[in-house]
Formats: sequence, C-alpha cells, structure tokens
Amino acid sequence: MLDLLWLVPVIPFIGFLILTLTFGKLPQLAAGVVGAGSIGLSFVFAFLAGSSFLGAELTSYSQTLWTWMSVGDLDVGFTLYLDGVSLVMMYVITGIGFLIHVYATGYMSGDPSFARFFSYMNLFVSAMLILVLADNLALLFMGWEGVGLCSYLLIGFWYKDPNNGYCARKAFVMTRVGDAFMAIGLFTLFVSTGTLNIQEAMLEAEAQWVVGSAVATAVTLLLLGGAVGKSAQLPLQTWLPDAMAGPTPISALIHAATMVTAGVYLIARTHVLYLLAPEVQYLVGVIGAITLLMAGFTALTQSDIKKVLAFSTVSQIGYMFLALGVGAWSSAIFHLMTHAFFKALLFLTAGSIILAMHHEQDIFKMGGLRKDLRWSHALFLIGTLGLVAFPGFSGFFSKEEILASAMANHDGGYILYLAGLLGAVMTYLYSFRLYFLVFYGKKTHDGHEVMGLHLQGPLVLLAIGAVLAGLIHIPVEGVFPEMEEHHPSVMAQAAMILLPMLGGLLAWWVFIKGKVDTEKLAGQGIGATLHRFWFTQWGMDWLYDKIIVMPYTWLAEVNKTDFIDSIYNGSARAVRFCHEVMSETQTGQLRWYAISVAYGLLLLVVLGVLL
Amino acid sequence: MSVLFYGSAIIAILATLLVITRTNIVHALLYFIVSLLAIAVIFYTLGAPFAAALEIIVYAGAIMVMFLFVVMMLNLGHVTQDQEKAWLTPSVWIGPSIMAVPLLAAVIYAINLNQEQMAHTVVGGKEIGIALFGPYVLAVELASMLLLAGLVGAYHLARK
Amino acid sequence: MEMPTVTMQVIPMEHGLLLAAILFVMGMVGVLTRRNLVFILMSLEVMLNATGLAFIVASSRWGQVDGQIMFLMILSLAAAEVAVALGLVLQLFHKRKTLDINVLGEMKG
Repeated sequence: MLDLLWLVPVIPFIGFLILTLTFGKLPQLAAGVVGAGSIGLSFVFAFLAGSSFLGAELTSYSQTLWTWMSVGDLDVGFTLYLDGVSLVMMYVITGIGFLIHVYATGYMSGDPSFARFFSYMNLFVSAMLILVLADNLALLFMGWEGVGLCSYLLIGFWYKDPNNGYCARKAFVMTRVGDAFMAIGLFTLFVSTGTLNIQEAMLEAEAQWVVGSAVATAVTLLLLGGAVGKSAQLPLQTWLPDAMAGPTPISALIHAATMVTAGVYLIARTHVLYLLAPEVQYLVGVIGAITLLMAGFTALTQSDIKKVLAFSTVSQIGYMFLALGVGAWSSAIFHLMTHAFFKALLFLTAGSIILAMHHEQDIFKMGGLRKDLRWSHALFLIGTLGLVAFPGFSGFFSKEEILASAMANHDGGYILYLAGLLGAVMTYLYSFRLYFLVFYGKKTHDGHEVMGLHLQGPLVLLAIGAVLAGLIHIPVEGVFPEMEEHHPSVMAQAAMILLPMLGGLLAWWVFIKGKVDTEKLAGQGIGATLHRFWFTQWGMDWLYDKIIVMPYTWLAEVNKTDFIDSIYNGSARAVRFCHEVMSETQTGQLRWYAISVAYGLLLLVVLGVLL
Repeated sequence: MSVLFYGSAIIAILATLLVITRTNIVHALLYFIVSLLAIAVIFYTLGAPFAAALEIIVYAGAIMVMFLFVVMMLNLGHVTQDQEKAWLTPSVWIGPSIMAVPLLAAVIYAINLNQEQMAHTVVGGKEIGIALFGPYVLAVELASMLLLAGLVGAYHLARK
Repeated sequence: MEMPTVTMQVIPMEHGLLLAAILFVMGMVGVLTRRNLVFILMSLEVMLNATGLAFIVASSRWGQVDGQIMFLMILSLAAAEVAVALGLVLQLFHKRKTLDINVLGEMKG
C-alpha cells in the first residue's frame, strides 16, 4: 500500500484540474462532491499508506516519481519522503482538511463562485501535501510557494471588495519577504553541502559544519526568515489578522490548521541544522515567546471574533516556536497537531456563529447566545477548553509538554518558561473573554442556528479530536533526537495547571460579574494608552508604515519621472527629432526630389573631378 | 564622315533644345524623333550600325509611338497648350540652368583630362549577337524579365 | 558592309562624349523645368538616350562590343520604364484630371 503514496497529493490536484477546467460550470452539488470527495479519497490513501508504513515499522520511505531537473551537480527528483513527522502532517492536512471541506460545502452553499472556491482549496491541499512530503528542499519550496499562492487567492476570494484584495496583497507580499530569505538560505545550503535533499544535506552539514559556525548561523537564520514569514511570527506577523478577510473555512484550514504551521514544520524538518547553531535555535524560542505574549495581549483587545482567533493562532504558533527553541521538537509537532484540531473547531464554530448572526463578526454585538445556539455553544466551549489547555483536553497534553521542556532547558529556558506561563494566563483570559462575551451577558441580537449534517457533522468529529487528540502518540522517535522525559515537581505541575486558571477566573470576574468597567478602563489614562498599544499589535503596522511603506512611496513619488529612463527616453526623442527633420524633406513634390538628385549628382561629379 | 558627325550633332542638339521648350506635346515628340534620327546617324558614323538601326526601330519607332498613343488617349488639346505657355515663363529656366551649367563645365573638364582617339573598327550585329548569347546571356535573361515585368505592369496599370 | 577605316580617325572621343553631356544636361534641365508629367517623361528619355550615346562612344573608342550591349540594356530599360510610366500617367489623369506635378504632391512625409 505504501506505493500508493503518490496518490495522496495527486488526487486533490486532479480535483483542482476538474474544477478549473469546467470553468465553474459544474453544478454546486457536483463541485462539492469533487471538491470534498477528492480530499476524502486522498485521506483514505494517506491512511492506507500510513498504516502500512507504521505496520512495517519503517523509519522512512521515499518514492521517486520522476527526475524534476538535473543540471550539473544539481539533481532534483520529484521524490516523496515519508517519515514520522510528514506522516503526522499528512494526516492532519488530509483529515482535518477533509472535515473543513465538508463543512465548507455547507458554509459556502449558494455562493456564485462555489466551484472556484473548491478548486483553490484542492490546489492548496495538493501544494501543502507536496510541501510536507517533499524529499528535497526545492520540491518543498515549490509546495511552499504553492500554498502561498492559494492563500493569496483565497484571502481575496471575495475580490469585489477592494479591502479583501488589499489584505490578500498584504499577506502575499509579507510572506514573500520571508520566502526571499528562505530561497537565499536554500542557495547557501546547496553551495555549502552540494545537495538539496533534506536528509543528505543534514548528514553533510553534520559532518562539515562546526557548531556555531558562520555558515550554520547564516543558513539557519535565513530559513528562520522563511519560517517566520509563513508562520506569522514577529516581525512578519501582521499579515495574519488581515488574512481573516477570506471565508471562514479558509481561516480554519490555511490560517490556523495547516499553512501557517509550515514554518514549524520547516524548522523541525531541518532541526539538525539548528542544533549546529545554538544561538539561532535560542532565537527561535525568543521569537516564539515574544510573539505569544504580544499576540495574547492583542487578542485581549480585539472586537472581531475572527481576529481574536487569528491572534490566538499567532500566539499558539509562538508556543510551537518556543518548543523548537528549547529543542522539544516532538512537542512542537504534537502541539501543531492538537492545535490543528481545536483551532479548526473554533474557527468553524465561529463560522457557524457568523452564519447564525447573518455575517456579524463583532463580539460586542453578540452576547447571550448560549440558549439560541446550543450546538455552537457546546462546540465552542470544547474548542476553548482545548485552547486554554484545560486538564484532560488535547491542548493540555501538548502545552504542558512544551512548558516542562522549557523549564528543564538550562540555557536560558527559564525565561522562556516564564513567558510561556504568562502566555498561558493570557490565553485563559482572552479565550474566556471571547466565550463570555459571545455566549453570556445581555442578549442583543437573535440568532438562529443553521443546521445541517455537513455543518455540524465535521464539527462534532473535530470536537472529539479536540478532546482526545492529546492521547495520540505521534510516531516521531526515529526522526528527532531522543529526549529524556521531564518530570517537573508536583508543585511546578500544580503551578502550571492552576496559575493560568487565574486568567479564566479574572475573565469571569470581569465579564460575568461585571466588577470592572472595561470601557472606562480602556477609555482613559494609562488604560487607553495600553489599549491602543495592544490593539495595534504593539504598533507594528504603524511602524512598518513609517519605516517601509512611507519611505517607499516617497521614493516612488520622487522618482515619478524615472530619471534612469530619461536616458532611453532621451535617445528615443532624439531619434524622433531626426525623423521629423528627415520627414520634412519628404515634400511629395516631384520637382524637389529631382533637384535633390541633380544636386547630388553635381556634388559627385565635382568631387570626382577635383579628387 | 566627320562632316556627317558634326552636322548630326548640331541637329541633335537643336532638336533636343526644341523638345524641352515646346508647349505642344506632339511638336515636342516630333522634334524628339528628329533628335533620335540624328543620333542614329552619329551611331552609324561611330561604327555601330546595329545600334543605329535599333535607335530608329525601337526608340523612334516603338517608344515614341507609345508616347503618341498616350497623348492621343489623354486628348490634351489647346487647354494644355495654353497651360504650358503659362507655366513656361522665362524665370523657371533660371534655376535649372544655373545648376546645369556647372555640371556641364565639370563634365567637360573631366572629359578633357585625357585625350583619346576613337578606334577604327566597326562592330557589327554579328559580334553583338555572339557576345549577347555568350558572356552576356545572363544580362539578356535579366532584360527579358524586366520587359515581362514592364508588360505586366503596364497591362495592369492601364486597365480601367 | 566593310567601311573605309580612314574616315573614322578624324572624330576624337571627347567630341562624342561632349555631345552626350550636352544632351544629358538638356534633358535634366527639361526634367527640372517642366510641370507636365508627359514632358518630364520625355525629358527623361532624352537623358537616357544621352547615356546610351556615351556608351556607344566608349564602345567605338575601344572597338569592343560591350558598350553596344549596355546600350541594348538601356534600350530595354527605357522600353519597360516608358510602358509602366505611361500606364501610371493614364491612371493618374483618369483619377485626377490633371498632370501637373505641383498638384500631384500628396505623398508628403
């Protein structure tokens, strides 16, 4: 069954081709069957290939489909590579992707561009599968760019609103900044190790590079640039909140569960290189810690339900980066998987709420919905408990693992641990703020649950996943170096579990009991300053506007006439002037021509006589 | 023979002078034919009897007749003649003459640079025929193509 | 048809060339002066004819056949040129009812 692995990325691509080549003429039912069915079929094959992989107890399996390019020393094959990490990623992408597709058939029902939506979605899944199954970095980069393209297309899916187009462009350009770093990193790696095959490059690097050497630092930093761009970490995180302009299933699939975690996957995939550059690895952790705190504070101030979830995604990916930074590779992948479940659940449930509220996304206009939206309420609560790592839910297992690893890390891990703990408090605070504001309090609007098997069915399955995914054992032993089990003391464990709950308590105290007037707090004095600071993502957008966008537009303004072009324009003008002078001689008068010829003749004869 | 040459030369020059000054086209054509006949005589005196015959047959006989036909078809009557009179004021001759005189002077100066005598042989039709279908056969082919093009072009253009 | 060779000595080549030059310049003056297309064509024929004369003179000077062959070429050129040119003149006159080249000056660059 393992040799059917190639079907896993190919089937969604075939789905994309069918949906594209019919030019959206397919009826909605057929488009939905093709769109969601191809992912379901892909999941079946992924499952078959995966179970025979696990059954055979292999550490890795690779399948070469064809030689992509072979130039000089560069030999890049279209080769799929399966091991524990890519297996987990493949399951997450096809499994959760399938559920989101099924949900989307309900959510997008009636949209005039229904087929176009699913063709982009299928292309995305195909590209994402190529990304995680790639055996070499060139193929990985192709998938990487492919998902970036689909992300752009889907954020701007409702392109008639110019703002959506702006958000799509912002996401595309900002991730492109990271991708440029990544491409340079790949070149450097190739020059240094002579191969782009991931496993070979790792072995070469391990053999050649000295720990902490310049080349190791450079390559890992450049790859980190790519990862930071894709995974929306500091300083390239500002695109993800704007990416919420896309349809909600997109936010769930691309901007929560799969694509944005590609950076985590990349770093985990190339972890050998990071072990050779400890400073950069620590930097990964620091970036994660700062990002998770920043996003946590910002999530606390947002009023759009999807933006709150977007910032919580940024924050959770920050946790994964933190885990990578302290060398807890498998914990990062584990958290990636559990996060995919509960965040997809949260986004899709948010989508249901938005549907029920007739596309109202402002949480201050919701409230008291727990009676009207029973399904959404229950599912959202499960997702929230997963997100805040409530004991017993999936997020608990992965997050505790990360915090324990950070605590046990001796090289500055303690600061990261404290940041993670503070972040956990923040997670409780903003998650329950969101939950309380939406489902409790005074009811202002009526909502009617939109019911349907293809809406609630996937949500229930995701909810089961969000509860139980923590019990799954991910098969990554052969991939990452062995880690000793961390058993923090009982006190520390109790602190890790109970301290964050204070955040939930605070949220209850503020938003249910109403002990604090939040509007008054955020409206004046230092509260207002802090609110503004947090709300604007610590002023990052403003900063980029000032230091990049404005100088750039200023330069464009100054160089409006393109002074370098004036050389070429000048020569064109000179030629045109000569042409005009010459065309003046074309009077159309025969006599004039005859006289010119005669004068020429005279000149020639006189010259011939004289010389 | 030299009397014949110089006499014909004078006739040719005078006739050509009349060609370029006449206002009546038919008169001008007739003077041109006179000039051509005089030049044919000069060809004969220079030992080129074949060329002399062609000058009369082709130039005077064919080309000039073509002119005559066209003049007839255009039916240019007195109106044209009066028009020509109005156009040919003395002043229009000044510019071209000013140009012609130095050109002629330069050519004459060039001719006089080396004094040469004429040869004494007559080159008849037989030699020309041998040369035409010997070394110059390609030129003959080219001339035939040119004439064919002229034929097709004239047929196409003159059609109503 | 043998000609007495004695009589031919008296004519120097320069005189033949001089005649050709005079005829050529007269033709040129005609081309530059005239406004009627038919007259211009006729003056052009004068110039061509003068060129032919120059070739014959040269042929006679060297006693070679080549000059006369060039004259033949000029003759065929003149025939073809006149045929096409007169066809154009006919068409022009039909269309524009005039042969004044000052009026027929539309091909301005």
